[in-house]
Amino acid sequence: MSDTSVLEGEAHSMHLVDYRDAASLKQVPTRNGFGEGLIEAGTRNANVIAICADLAESTRMEGFKKAHPSQYFEIGVAEQMLVAMAGGLAAAGKIPWIASYAMFNPGRSWEQVRTIMALNETNVKIAGAHAGVSVGPDGATHQAIEDIAIMRVIPHMMVVVPCDSVQTKKATLALSEKFGPAYLRFARDKSAIVTTDQTPFEIGKAQTFRDGGDVAIVACGILVYNALIAADELAREDGIECRVINNHTIKPMDAPAILTAARECGAVVTVEEHQKHAGMGSRVAEILVQEHPVPMEFIGVDDTFGQSGDPVELIEFYGMGTKSIKEAARRAYARKPR
Amino acid sequence: MASLSPQRLRELREQANLVRQGIIRSLLSAGSGHSAGSLDMADIFTALYGHILHHDPKHPEMPDRDRLLLSCGHIAPVRYSAMAYAGYFPVDELLTLRKFGTRLQGHPERTRMAALETTSGPLGEGLAQGTGMALAAKADQQSWRVYVVTSDAEHQCGLHWEAVMTAAKFKLDNLMCIIDRNFIQIDGSTEDVMPLEPLAGKYRSFNWNVAECDGNDIGAFIETVERAKTVTGKPTVIIANTVPGKGISYMEGDYTWHGKPPNKEQADAALRELEAEREKILAHV
Repeated sequence: MSDTSVLEGEAHSMHLVDYRDAASLKQVPTRNGFGEGLIEAGTRNANVIAICADLAESTRMEGFKKAHPSQYFEIGVAEQMLVAMAGGLAAAGKIPWIASYAMFNPGRSWEQVRTIMALNETNVKIAGAHAGVSVGPDGATHQAIEDIAIMRVIPHMMVVVPCDSVQTKKATLALSEKFGPAYLRFARDKSAIVTTDQTPFEIGKAQTFRDGGDVAIVACGILVYNALIAADELAREDGIECRVINNHTIKPMDAPAILTAARECGAVVTVEEHQKHAGMGSRVAEILVQEHPVPMEFIGVDDTFGQSGDPVELIEFYGMGTKSIKEAARRAYARKPR
Repeated sequence: MASLSPQRLRELREQANLVRQGIIRSLLSAGSGHSAGSLDMADIFTALYGHILHHDPKHPEMPDRDRLLLSCGHIAPVRYSAMAYAGYFPVDELLTLRKFGTRLQGHPERTRMAALETTSGPLGEGLAQGTGMALAAKADQQSWRVYVVTSDAEHQCGLHWEAVMTAAKFKLDNLMCIIDRNFIQIDGSTEDVMPLEPLAGKYRSFNWNVAECDGNDIGAFIETVERAKTVTGKPTVIIANTVPGKGISYMEGDYTWHGKPPNKEQADAALRELEAEREKILAHV
C-alpha cells in the first residue's frame, strides 16, 4: 500500500480543496453555479440572453431575470418553443441560454435541437437542470438519465457535465464565449465542491484530479466526488492506486487524455449519473476499443428507470455510490493481464 | 410602398409564370419532390421577392434585410425558383435540385445558402424561429420585418401554436405569418385528416390581426400585406387561399400531387401550358 496524495503529480496543478476532510466540504447544488455564471455572462456581453420555460427559480435563472430584466424572456411551459425561438434569436446575433429540466429540454425538444440548433449551427446553449436520479423525490418522470446519449449523438453539439458548482459557473462562462450549439448538464441536489477558483477549466480538456497508475476512474458530474473518495478508500483498503479523471466534456471528448490513462493504468472504470447505455462511458469505450482496448467497467444506471427517494439513497440503490465504484475498480484491476 | 402599376403587375405575373416553369424543370430533373404546394405558392414568392421584401440578392446577409422563412420546407422548389429568377443564383442551378453536392437540398439548409435564413422541413417550426427573430429585431430596435410562409397542414403541429401564443404575448407587429391555405396534405383534405377550421377564428382568439386573400392573385396579396404592415401591437396572419397545383390544369385541386413530381411527358405538357399562358400575359390579355 502506497500513499499517493492529491498534492503530487498532475493532480497538484488542479488546486482542489482537501476533499478528504468531509466536515470542511461545502455542499452546493451545481445549478447554483449555472445561475452565478449566467449573471456574469450577461454582464460581460449584453447579447447573452436567457429564456425559461416556467422554471426560473429551480433552474436558477431567477438571478439573471433580476440582474438583466431586458435580456430575459418568459415563454411558459413550451420546451419546443424554447429551442425554436432561441434559434431565431441566435440567428439575429443573440446568445440565448434556454433552461428547463433536462427531461423536457432536450428530452421533449430533441428534434428541434437537432434541426434548429445543430444542423442549422446556431449559437444556442441548453441548460439542462435536474439531471440524474439525484433529482430525488420527484421520481422517474423528472429524472433525465438518457440525455447525454441523445445529445452526444448529434453532430456539432458540445456536451459538458461539470463536477461541482464552481466548475459549472466556469463552464457557463466558457460556453457563453464559444460559438456553437451546446448542452450543459447539471443537477438539483447539493453536492460537494471539490474545485476552487484556481482550478483550470477548458472545454474539451479532461482533468486528472488524482494520480495513480493501477486503474483509471473516468467520471463526470457530481459523481466525480464519489470517484475521488472511492479511490482513496481503495488505496487504503487494497493498495490499488486509482487515477481519477474529471471528464467534464463528453463532446468533444479529450481522446488523447483517455488513451493516455488507458495506456498508463491498463484498466478503466467510467462513472456517470446516466444510463450505462450510450452515455459518457460508452464514448470512452468507443475511443478505447479502436486504439487501445483495456478491461473496462461501467458505473451508471443499468437499463432501468429511477424512482422517488432521497438523492443519496437513490445514488446508492442504482449502483453509483463509492462502494459500487470500488467494486468496479477491483473487478477492472483483476481483469488486467498479468 | 407605392401601389402597383398595371405594367409592374404584368411583369410580376410573367415572373410568376417563369417561376412555375422553373419548378417544373427542377422537379423533373430531381425525379422527386413536391409539386402542388410549390406551384400554388409561385405567385406569393414572386410578390415577396419582386415587391414586398427589402432584400438584395447580391448581399444576401445584408443586416437590415427582411427575413423570409419557409417553414414548410418541402415546397423548397418554389423558393429556389423564385430566388433564381430574383437573381440569387443562375436559373440553370435549379436543375441540381435534390442532387448530390447541391446547395438546393431536398429540404432547405441555411448552412449551404445563407439567404434561406433557416433550415426547415420538419413541420411547425418556422413561426417559432421567426418569433425569435422578430423579438431580436424589437429588442435591438431594428426596422426589418420577418415573413414566415407556412402550410395549412402544419397548423396541426403543437409547436406552431406555442409560437402563435408567444408572438402575441410580445406584440410582434414586425412578424407576418403567411398560410398557404390549399386544403390539402399528403393523406387527403386537411378537413378530413384533421380539421383546421375555423382557422381565422383560432388566430383571432390568440390576439392576432387576421387577413385573408386570394393567394394566386399577386395584386390582392400585395395589397393585403401592405395593409397589414400598418397594424401595430399585433402580429398578422394572412390566410392566402390557393389552388394546389395552380397553373397546371391536370394538377389543380388534386391532393395526390402533394408529394410527387411530373414525369417527362407530364412536364412537357405543363411547360406547354405555362408557355401559352405566358404569351397571354405578354399580350396583355
